This record gives sequence, structure tokens and C-alpha cells, in this order.
Amino acid sequence: MATTGSPTGPGAPIGAPTRISQGSQTKGGIGESTLRPDGVLKVTGEFAYSSDMWHEDMLWGHTLRSTVAHAEIRSIDTAEALATPGVYAVLTYDDLPTAVKNYGLEIQDTPVLAHGRVRHHGEPVALVAADHPETARRAAAKIRIDYAELPVVTDEASATAPGAPLIHENRDDHHIGHVAHPNIVHRQPIVRGDADAAAARADVIVSGDYVFGMQDQAFLGPESGLAVPAEDGGVDLYVATQWLHSDLRQIAPVLGLPEDKVRMTLSGVGGAFGGREDLSMQIHACLLALRTGKPVKIVYNRFESFFGHVHRHPAKLWYEHGATRDGKITHMKCRIVLDGGAYASASPAVVGNASSLSVGPYVIEDVDIEAIALYTNNPPCGAMRGFGAVQACFAYEAQMDKLAAALDMDPVEFRQLNAMEQGTLLPTGQRVDSPAPVAELLRRVKARPLPPEQQWLAAGEAADVRALPGGLSNTTHGEGVVRGVGYAVGIKNVGFSEGFDDYSTARVRLEVINGVPVAVVHTAMAEVGQGGVTVHAQIARTELGVTQVTIQPADTQVGSAGSTSASRQTYVTGGAVKHACENVREKVLEIGRRKFGTYHPAWATAELLLEGGKVVTDGGEVLADLVDVLEDEAVDLELEWRHRPTQPFDLRTGQGNGHVQYSFAAHRAVVEVDTELGLVKVIELAVAQDVGKALNPLSVLGQIQGGTIQGLGVAVMEEIIVDPKTAKVRNPSFTDYLIPTILDTPTIPVDVLELADAHAPYGLRGIGEAPTLSSTPAVLAAIRNATGLELNRTPVRPEHLTGT
Amino acid sequence: MDFLRPASWEEALAAKAEHPTAVPIAGGTDVMVEINFDHRRPEYLLDLNRIGELRDWVVGEENVELGASVPYTHIMEHLRAELPGLALASHTVASPQIRNRGGVGGNLGTASPAGDAHPALLAAGAEVEVESVRGARRIPIDAFYTGVKRNALAPDELIKSVHIKKADGPQQYSKVGTRNAMVIAVCAFGLALHPETRTVRTGIGSAAPTPVRARDAETFLNAALDEGGFWDSGKIITPSVAKQFADLVAGACNPIDDVRGTAKYRRHAVGIMARRQLGWTWEQYRTDGGGTGRTLEGAA
Amino acid sequence: MRVNFTVNGRRQEADDVWEGESLLYVLRERMGLPGSKNACEQGECGSCTVRLDGVPVCSCLVAAGQAEGREIITVEGLADYAKHRDEAHPGDGCASGSCGTSLQRAQRWRAGGTDSGTGEAGELSPIQQAFIDAGAVQCGFCTPGLLVAADEMLEHNPSPSDADIREALSGNLCRCTGYEKILDAVRLAAARQEEAV
Repeated sequence: MATTGSPTGPGAPIGAPTRISQGSQTKGGIGESTLRPDGVLKVTGEFAYSSDMWHEDMLWGHTLRSTVAHAEIRSIDTAEALATPGVYAVLTYDDLPTAVKNYGLEIQDTPVLAHGRVRHHGEPVALVAADHPETARRAAAKIRIDYAELPVVTDEASATAPGAPLIHENRDDHHIGHVAHPNIVHRQPIVRGDADAAAARADVIVSGDYVFGMQDQAFLGPESGLAVPAEDGGVDLYVATQWLHSDLRQIAPVLGLPEDKVRMTLSGVGGAFGGREDLSMQIHACLLALRTGKPVKIVYNRFESFFGHVHRHPAKLWYEHGATRDGKITHMKCRIVLDGGAYASASPAVVGNASSLSVGPYVIEDVDIEAIALYTNNPPCGAMRGFGAVQACFAYEAQMDKLAAALDMDPVEFRQLNAMEQGTLLPTGQRVDSPAPVAELLRRVKARPLPPEQQWLAAGEAADVRALPGGLSNTTHGEGVVRGVGYAVGIKNVGFSEGFDDYSTARVRLEVINGVPVAVVHTAMAEVGQGGVTVHAQIARTELGVTQVTIQPADTQVGSAGSTSASRQTYVTGGAVKHACENVREKVLEIGRRKFGTYHPAWATAELLLEGGKVVTDGGEVLADLVDVLEDEAVDLELEWRHRPTQPFDLRTGQGNGHVQYSFAAHRAVVEVDTELGLVKVIELAVAQDVGKALNPLSVLGQIQGGTIQGLGVAVMEEIIVDPKTAKVRNPSFTDYLIPTILDTPTIPVDVLELADAHAPYGLRGIGEAPTLSSTPAVLAAIRNATGLELNRTPVRPEHLTGT
Repeated sequence: MDFLRPASWEEALAAKAEHPTAVPIAGGTDVMVEINFDHRRPEYLLDLNRIGELRDWVVGEENVELGASVPYTHIMEHLRAELPGLALASHTVASPQIRNRGGVGGNLGTASPAGDAHPALLAAGAEVEVESVRGARRIPIDAFYTGVKRNALAPDELIKSVHIKKADGPQQYSKVGTRNAMVIAVCAFGLALHPETRTVRTGIGSAAPTPVRARDAETFLNAALDEGGFWDSGKIITPSVAKQFADLVAGACNPIDDVRGTAKYRRHAVGIMARRQLGWTWEQYRTDGGGTGRTLEGAA
Repeated sequence: MRVNFTVNGRRQEADDVWEGESLLYVLRERMGLPGSKNACEQGECGSCTVRLDGVPVCSCLVAAGQAEGREIITVEGLADYAKHRDEAHPGDGCASGSCGTSLQRAQRWRAGGTDSGTGEAGELSPIQQAFIDAGAVQCGFCTPGLLVAADEMLEHNPSPSDADIREALSGNLCRCTGYEKILDAVRLAAARQEEAV
């Protein structure tokens, strides 16, 4: 049952504004850079994040985590911890209240608390509730756990070796039937055409092995929340998450409560980027609250946060491409191995994305693709901005540069020659049925003037080290510094794919309060910083012609909004708000016709709009005031909305219309590299991205620039380092897991295209992830350009640039 | 845990004598991280914030006496002429917020090989004044670092100040990190020219179990500059001399592989920094005639 | 132990403070001032930045006992602090360097309330308004620390270059914005400050 919004015409000229269906004159509607409704609270410190919750008599929860990656738990002794003054509860696996003891997004393989075995470093083993965090920590330190360590598997070779320990014995999930080994979570091949035959036509063939390091979302607001036991035996939970209803579905069975007795409210979310798609402290806090009968707050510190959420899958990728002398790509073969770590999380969907987007935004008819995710004893990996497409983009863009070099062609022209466009058939057999301006995006970033060289000398004689590689550390005054320029472009799907029933729900109420028409929008959408709340208000203004819009807090008292991920919320929950508003509008007009229809023929004959608090004809004639139409009546509707259905990929051939929409961005990176010390300064990262329709241009820029810098981070500094011998995390802190500072970030000029997608609300395109894809390979390409090195691994470390 | 708040230096010494396990806390930028992350639970915290004299400095004829708690920000802003190497090093410390709290006393007390001040102190030449109820003594900086995160302090002693030789020639300092700000040293290097004695001194950070000087490199360069008459002629140092100096500095490293970098890279990078800094300082010596009024204020 | 200090012009007292508690914890959990944020608790993100006797510091690295008797300004008091400063030194952005630290002056003003029920705030400081206007706020977790740091920089350097802004804010991590809009916000606040002269 798919309902679509008002379609706009396809093929609108580049850069031209998308025609929107109606109501564009209402102030604060879509297309304007209205300001965030939560902005004032956020700048005054009043905005209540999940770690800010406080309740009288509340206790502090603390999680005891495994100090080893893989071990049998022989015994747990909690007696001394329980006897500690100030301690109210100590819980282990044996205290779980029901038969449901695992959870998981797709596969319920993750123990709420370890049962007899730990499978990764930092796995939760026991919980403590106490009157002060320090009391809880000291008590947790008194819990005695007898571990018998087991051998670890950490990569494909060790995970699939004969006799390798199985991470999950007795798997019964729906992927086990099509994988070659129980330590493989999922496998997705895509075969189209005949890659071997096409390779025979190639004049040049290039191949490479690529490595993508483990990236962390590093959202700043740590995992945290407050669980308050209720008199009815249920629990009220205030947390930061990306999807309230998905959490609820996993939490309630473990607690042994019906879903309506677990009432969730979204607290302020300090960033997410995929890292809050899985549960962290939710069940733990509820268990402690229900056990003690007191409110329980849990707040991770940064150290624990590195163990408290999944990371981006590290990947090993092998690619082969061929091309004819005139620059046409003949074929592509690739094999992508993603390390999913100890639990499945979103690994199957990441595999689907990695395989189906492995070709990149290029026309390649003959392909042979395989992507798998492993179970290992490494930290669990799952969703992060870009979701499988990021790793592939890093590799295929390196390949494009290699091919261009082998053909002695300009790397941008080579890409443009092979760029996909609207109508292109993808390796999955899906035809791209909305604008795909890949060549144009590349043209735009290339056409930009380059920043002047040796900018550090601009101020005068002495070098301003802040503009140089090494920055304040004063490592060069220009010595060894070489400039490089690199390009990349990527393709990301928008929305949940592969046949998932991806819908959202919005409740919209229109009524007159104190003589003013007011719209109230209630969804369960997790506002994680992206600005969904701003956009929902804009949509309500545009559709209902009112200026006053109240956005209700997100909670589970309204239907699911789906996840704030996959660049989908503006599309899907925005679409749901629009859909609900349209239906509210129809109801309002019905009321108007009933009351005033006899006074003016236009009520029956004209297309009617709501604008400026009035019912008007599309010719602009005012028929009635909303205040008079509604009087004391409220129109209140809660409706679901779905985008077009998708299909699963065939497990053997990978064929299927798996994705809803595609999103494209291109980057040009300009870097300066201290070639002697191997230090990199990114001077500029220019972006061009097609956003379909910018509902809020200021927010669009914020998403594009923010995503770009997360891509820069994993190009030159960000990596969780896991010891291959022990599978233990070596750098779980902001001292050694580095994310870019304001001195590491360049200027980020952005070129926004608005080519409407006729299938999407207002023609919009999901935007959050695409800029994270091409940023990394563009920086790498620029560093290669400066140094002449091959650099098949990201992040690049000084050792790689100096051969040390 | 007990929180001791001495109001005077004497009270602090008495408290430390009574509780030798007490952990001094001044800027808190090391100690509080360890407490927040549950890495350390000292029996006593000895707060030094209320002792004003630890935040004072005195510029003397030969030396600057720098109170242990003088924040790095003040060193950057007020002591650039007297202590150019340390001022540059101070500018590389963590972030503005940390530089507002942290001081050299903390670096010395922690004695981490990654402490940013150490190479500058080694290169400039300094003595650490420590005191206990038994009395005060001065520990030459060369004898101060005794092992990984170990120093020459007795359990009842506190660091009062550092007597640092005033610059009589150009000084430089660099550190390598994989971020352009707010980064712990992968490795660091400091160099000071001392035209009055016609010597050079060096300091290496994060590339050996303790901060160290590259003594063979100093000896070589002292001899080469002397024999070539460079101090008098002010001519450009021959590339082969600079290269050998850099190689000897790299050879003085005894680094390890860790998450921040490889041993091989550290050795390499220290050599590069040594060669560059010799170029920068010597160029300044040549053009300034050895005056101390200006420095190549890279990070200024 | 018991600690006493002044926060945003008000005397505050906390009892039963554990000796290992940070100033940040006491502000957030004992004084009802959770505006200063707890992103890393290791001095590597700046989200907990407050002014301690006028100086920006990471409150996570100040032991609560070290704050005894001292003056703290947090993001919750920033608007009033800026208002007072402007009244005391209209237009000069405190370039004289005599701003914000004297006990005497701090005691003359009190932080005004914000109504957390409606989200209506009193007047915002120029830097707060600029952050909203420029789109520098996304998730907002870094915002309080950035505001305190940026406000202090503009106090001493009313016309900063981009490099100055970047250096002054290099201790404040932001994961959402890529920093471009934060730069815009500081430039905007500086420009408005100049216009106001």
C-alpha cells in the first residue's frame, strides 16, 4: 500500500528550483533556512540530553565488561560486591527475568549479559546499581570472574580455518543456509554479464588489494539514559537512540513486559551516525530499575563508549577493472570482506549495500561481485554513516585513478566517460529512474578555482604554521611540503532496502488556540542533530498554511518513524508528515465545504489551498479564515506512509530492485603533504551534491560539510586499533582515537544541485551519507598525487608516507 | 580518598611528609584523567592550587625561576624571549583549556616521555628545585628522569620550581602528532644554540623510555662548528654536517612501536626535525648575530 | 566533603562530595547545571569548558575541591555574563583585558532564569545568537563548550582572523558540523560586535 506525495516533473534543469505542489508562500515553509526549534535550548545549556536526566532517589548503574576477547566464564562471584554499602543490586545472566536473554537488530545473537562465554573485549558481564557512580565502580571491581581464555579468530583466514572456533554454535538464522562457514554472517554475490569474457576485450587491466580501517562514530554525547520504574509494573525509559520502536521491540521481551508497559521517550541525542542503532544501556537500566524499584541512570564515559556501540566494519577489498584504450570500462570483479566482529548487528544489510553499490556510480555491464561479513572476536561492527558503501567507494575510486593512469587519461574525464546517468541499468538489474548527475557533479568540483599555493606565506615572511602540515606542532616552515589534488565520486542508497517494509508514522493535529490556527506534529523520529524537527515544522507550514507549529517530543505513544539512518528521515518521516498534513487539509476543506460551500462556487470547483491561515483558491482568492472553518473543532490524524516497495536481492545472482533512491556527491581534495614527516594538511575539500530539493538549505550545508569531515577523519587519522593477537582494543579514548579538530578541517565549499526525484516528497533526495563516501577517496587521491605512493589503505599514517 | 588543601608551601611539605603516598594535583590535567577513568585511586589528593608562589616566575640574570604551576599559557605569552624553546613547546600542549591549567611541574611530576616540556628543558639546560620538610635541593634536568614515568623525587618531596637557563641564542621545538592540534607527541625534538659557550644542546621526547639528550650528536656538532669556525663566520652549515647531526640524533632514540607510531618512524621523524631545526636556529643565529630578541616564531 | 563556590554569580554549596569528583560532576549532578557537557572526561573535547576565575578550563579536569571559593561561569550564565560585560565596557569587547575576572564585578550580577518549560530564554549573548543564526548547532553537544571558549576569545580578540578562531577553538571537538558553520558563527558574532561599536 504505497501512497506517494505530489510528484514533480522529472528532468528539471540543473540547478533550477523544484516545483513544489503548493503553499510555498507560507512563511517558514520548505525551501527556507528556518532556524532550529531546539536552537535556543541548545545554546543556553537547557536542552536535556540523555546524560542530563536526574531523578530524586535515583541510583547509578554500572556495567562490568570483559577484560578479554574470547573466554569461557567458569564462575562469577558477586557476593562481595553485593555486600558493599550503598549497593542496591548486582545482576548477572542468572538474574535475567525471562527466557528471552538475547537481542539484536536482525539476528537475536547478542546476550544481554554474557552467558558462560564472552566473545569480544568489553562485552557486558554484570551490572551494579548503587547510590553513587564511584560506589558502583568499586563494587564492580569486587566481582570475581574466572575466565578460561579461548583462542581468538580475527580475520577471514583464522575465522574459516579448519577447526576454527565457532563464534556462534548452532546458528539457526536465515543466513546460515547460504554461507560457506558458520563464521560467515552473510554472503551476497552479484553476477551480471560475463566478466571473464569482457576482460578479454580490455586493453588494460588494473587490480588492487585495499584495506579500510575500523572507524568509530565518535558521537560526542555518550550512551546514557534514565529508567524509572512505574506503579503499573512497567518502566519509563528516557534515552538517546536512533529508533525508539526498534529499541522497544528488543527491550520488552527481555524484561518480560508487554510493549505498552515500556514507555520510551527520546531524550536529547548528542549525535548518532549509526552508533545508536543498536541497544547499549537500555535493557541494563530497565533491569536495574525493575529490580531495585528505583530510578536508575547509566552514563558511559568515553572509554566505555568505545565498547558500548558497534563501529564501522573494517574491510579488505580486492578489485579488478579493465578498460579499452578509448577509456570505456569493460568489466569489474571484486571481493569485499567485512569484519562484523562478535555479533551480527547490521552486518547482513551492510553486506547487501557493499555488494550492490560496489560498482560505484559507473556504467559497467559485466561484473562478478562478492561481499561477505565475518563473525570474529573483534569488536562488533554495524551501522555507520555510509553503511557499506563507504568501504567500497574507497576502493573503486582508487581503481578509477589507476585505470586513468594506465590509460594516460585525466582522472575526472575518465570518470565522466563512464559515469552512470538516469536510465542506467545497475548490476542488480535495477534501472536508475531519477536524475543521476555524476558527470555534472565532477565537472562542478573540477571547475572550481584551486586555492592559492603556499598560503602559509601569504601573511608575510614568517610561515604561519597553523596553515601547514603539523599545525601548531611547528614541524615544518614549508620544507618538504608538496601539494596534491584528488577527485572522487560516490553512490549511496537512501532508505531501507532489500524488501524491508520501510514506513513512518505521523500524527498531525490542526486546531485554533487563542484565535490562532496551530499545527501540532507528533512523530517518533529521533532527532539526533540532523534537523528533522526543523523540517517537519516547515512541511506543516507549507501544507497547512499556518505559521505556528508545535513539534511534540518523540516517544512510543505514536507509531514508528523508522530509524534516523540511511539518509531516510526527511524522505520517509518528512513524507509521513506531508501525507498526514495533506489528509488533515482534506478534512479541513470538507468542514469548510460543509459550512461555507453554499456561499461560493469555488468551494466545489477550484483547487483549494491553505495559506496564511486561510482557505484560498489556486488563483489566490480567499474563501474563509481557518479560524472560522475550524472554530473549536480539531482535526487530528495519525497516518503511516511508505515509499515505493523494494525487493530482496537474489541470493545467487544479486538481481532485484533493492533500493528506493540513490544519492550522489563528488569531492575534490587539495592537500599539502610534508613528504619527509608524512604529515598531511587538507587545504580544501570542495563538494558538489545533488539533493533533489533542499527543504532547509542551511541544514543541507551542515549535513554535507559534517559528512565530508567524517570522511576526512578516516582518511588521515581515525582508526580503532585492535591487537591481532588478543583481539583487544588498544586505543579506546579520545587521546588515541583522534577525530578532526577545527585546525584539521579545511574550507568546504559546497555546490548544491536540486534535481527533483519524481518519486520522492517534494522531489527531495536523502543527503546525510553521500558526502561521507567520496571525501575519503578524494583525500587519498590527493595524497597519492602529492607523493606518488600507491596507498591502498586508509587511514594513512605517517609511517605509510615515509616508508617507515 | 582524602582531599588535602594546604594553604601554604610549608603546609604542603608537611602534608607530603605525613602522607608520602599523597598525589599532588595542580592543573589536574593528568591526575583527573586517571581518576575519571578509574585508573588511579590515590589515598590522598594534595591540592597545590592555593599556593600562589607556585604560579610565579622570576627572571634573573642567568636563569628564569619558573614556578611549578605557571600555566603554559603564561609561558607562551610572557616568556617567549627568555625561554623560546619552552614557549614553543608550551604552545603545542594539548588545547587552550589545558594550557590554561597545566604547568611544567605536572610534566616533571608525571615524567612521561611524551611530556611536551621535557625536550625544551633538556635543550635549554635546567635544574628542578624540589623540597621536603628535610630541606630543598636542585636536581639537574639531566639527572631528573630515571625511568619510564619515573623521576628523581623522594616520596616526601614536591616540585617547587624549575631554574631554566635564559636563552643566549636561538631555540626551536617541534613535535609530531597525527593531528594538527590537541595531540600527544608521537615524538618531539628541541634544540638550543648556546653561542656564549659555543655549544648546542638537544632534547628528544617520546622516542626513548625517558626524555633524553642526543649527546653524541651534540658532541659532533660542537666539534664541527668549532673546527669549521662557524660560530665566528656565521656561514651556512654544510649539508653533510647537518645530515650527520640528524643521523646522530636519530641514533640517540630508543623508541618502541605503539598505537601512536612505529619505532622506525619515530627515529626517522626525530632525525628530520633535528635537521630542520638546525637549519632554522642557525639561520637565525647568522642573521641575528646570535641575539636573543627574536626567534623563528613558527607557532607564535 | 563540602565545597562552596560561586556559579554564574550565585553562591553554591554541595555536601557529601566524593573527593575524586570533578567540578563537572558537581555542576551537573549536584547543582542542577547540566549545560556543561560530559563528552570525554579526559580533556580532549572541550565540551565541559567553563570559566574558572575568568579562564576557560575543562571542568572535567578540575577536582571539585580545587574550585573551593572560586568563581565559575557556565553556559547557563553566559548570556548574563555577556550582558554585564557589555554594560561595563560597551562596544570595546573588553579589549582592555580587564574583563570578567574580578570578584567584585562578578558579585554584582546574577544569572537570569530561563524557563525550561517553554524553552523561552531571556536575552541571548551575541555568540549564542550567532550560533543559532549561522547553523552552527546540530546535535548541540559540543555547543556549550564552544560558546564559552568562543565568547572568551572575542573578549580578548574582537576581530579574529580565521586562523585565530581555529586556534582558539582547537580544543573543542565537534562531530556534526565539520566546523564551517562554527567559523561562520564566530565571524558573525565578531562582525555584529563591531557594528555595535
